[in-house]
Amino acid sequence: MTNLRAQKGPYFGDFGGRYVPESLIAALDELAEAYELAKIDPTFGEELAHLHATYTGRPSIITEVPRFAQHAGGARIILKREDLNHTGSHKINNVLGQALLARRIGKTRLIAETGAGQHGVATATAAALFGMECIVYMGEVDTQRQALNVARMRLLGAEVVPVTTGSRTLKDAINEALRDWVANVDNTHYLLGTVAGPHPFPQMVRDFHKIIGEEAREQVLALTGALPDAVIACVGGGSNAIGIFHAFLDDAGVDLIGCEAAGRGIDTLEHAATLTRGRPGVLHGARSYMLQDADGQTMESHSISAGLDYPGVGPEHSWLKDLGRASYRPITDADAMSALRLLSQTEGIIPAIETAHGLAGALEVGRERGPNATLLINLSGRGDKDMQTAGEYFGILDGAS
Amino acid sequence: MSSQVNGVFEERREHGLLIGYLPLGFPTVDASVDAAVALVENGVDILEMGLPYSDPVMDGLVIQRATNTALEAGFRLSQTFDAVAAIRARVDAPVLVMTYFNPILQYGVDAFARDLAASGGAGLITPDLIPDEAKEWLGAAEANDLDRVFLAAPSSSETRLSSATTNSRGFVYAVSTMGITGARNDVDSAARGVVSRLRDSGAKNIGVGLGISTTEQVTEVLEYADAAIVGSALVSALAYGGAQAAGALASQLSAGKR
Repeated sequence: MTNLRAQKGPYFGDFGGRYVPESLIAALDELAEAYELAKIDPTFGEELAHLHATYTGRPSIITEVPRFAQHAGGARIILKREDLNHTGSHKINNVLGQALLARRIGKTRLIAETGAGQHGVATATAAALFGMECIVYMGEVDTQRQALNVARMRLLGAEVVPVTTGSRTLKDAINEALRDWVANVDNTHYLLGTVAGPHPFPQMVRDFHKIIGEEAREQVLALTGALPDAVIACVGGGSNAIGIFHAFLDDAGVDLIGCEAAGRGIDTLEHAATLTRGRPGVLHGARSYMLQDADGQTMESHSISAGLDYPGVGPEHSWLKDLGRASYRPITDADAMSALRLLSQTEGIIPAIETAHGLAGALEVGRERGPNATLLINLSGRGDKDMQTAGEYFGILDGAS
Repeated sequence: MSSQVNGVFEERREHGLLIGYLPLGFPTVDASVDAAVALVENGVDILEMGLPYSDPVMDGLVIQRATNTALEAGFRLSQTFDAVAAIRARVDAPVLVMTYFNPILQYGVDAFARDLAASGGAGLITPDLIPDEAKEWLGAAEANDLDRVFLAAPSSSETRLSSATTNSRGFVYAVSTMGITGARNDVDSAARGVVSRLRDSGAKNIGVGLGISTTEQVTEVLEYADAAIVGSALVSALAYGGAQAAGALASQLSAGKR
């Protein structure tokens, strides 16, 4: 296990590939080729670095949270603050990279899927910045629970299309975006928001997010003089997790722990714990773990967090799980919401509900490892968008009763 | 070792072929079998029976609604084989199964090929499985003497068209337009181009699908292709008027043959 960082698509062990209609292959080839050329073109790297320095707000800082850590067995806890990025989450890292690439290959229209709305907001932001047309597909259920983000996208000039087919959540938004892409591939780039999908998306999206772990690795070394004992992140599709894991893949002493949404519990049918309860299959263009019935029909997932409410996961996570390099644990809605409130009240930082799953995992890991452990957590997004859900959950909205 | 589908193309090429799509299990399994039989009795030469799937990215609303209905009514993959056998017992037309890949993968590619062959099925059309990812299926198809139909698109490179031609057996499915299933007013002129490029790559049997819904469109497509494939229009007819209406539309469409 010395060179896991060098792994490239299309395949991550038995996972990945391209299970898509032939009509999309030319566009995927064009994208993969443009990406390979961009990677070795210093101008592309400079443009992206300049945007990150002057627009995203990179490098993002790290914050040590001792009052929160008292509840985690006294372990030392350090947060990588992706919530402080422009648009409020890690999603902007990938969006700016792909938008630059789309401009290079002459595409003028961006389409995207979104669950919680964070990726849709980030895509709408990039479209506004680059003067591109933007259509965001969002499950009708999600447009209701994330109404604030719908308004943000519209204000940014994007068209939000509520998806009313299937389970009306993230997976159906991806289906609809793929259908749009098949029909409009000449002028349209599908700006996929996670490390799933057909090659080159899993590798490319990972590469745009790996800056999270690269920065954090240096920052933690500078702060503590050592690498962390564990790196922890929430996992839906898996983009923020792979982003912070990647720099540590070849550091054998660093445990990598992904926290999946267990919803109302992994022994119920209402969860999104793909790696804990799923089995390998093909969904949205790649082979990976997924939640499915005996016939291979995708099962509906559940999570209080729209961003983790997805029955699939990126193929690189499936590979890391099977290799034993990363481990994945389920976190219930209730545990995530407790962690959300705990971080808010001990440190003055309100995390996204997605992110709170990672924080709940950190509380568990800290209690297991004790006070000598140092844990690095990807604070992938801020909680502003979740105030309605959290307000209702905790019963703290005036006039709500 | 011989292809049922090749045989029908050889026999009827002169007139052009009509290939009809219906989803299995819509509105019920028995009714979908009756409707399939009605298509063949009214001039459809080859049947394409779709397996309902939860995430059909190539399909437009008409087929999505129908396959959703089938799933909600409890369609199970294992019903495929009895249904195919029931169609084969009543009419003499090849039955290709059109399916997204995951259900086949979960059933077991070899087991599915074996059970499909045993039920008299001709083979598979695989909208989200490209030859590059199809090694396991190609092996199983060969072992069970089944046809395998891959798709070719207007955007496909010459290398990819050639791969579709080489790896397909039965026919090559030329996608008429860059898009998903559903009736359209004009069948894209791109169809003519992809068929001509497929001929150059050595394809003998070529069917054109996506957007074909009228007798005139069947006639137009058969000017340059060997088969016209109709799906959504037949599914709509079945939805509104049952097997009789689907049969009546098939009869009209069939009048568009050469």
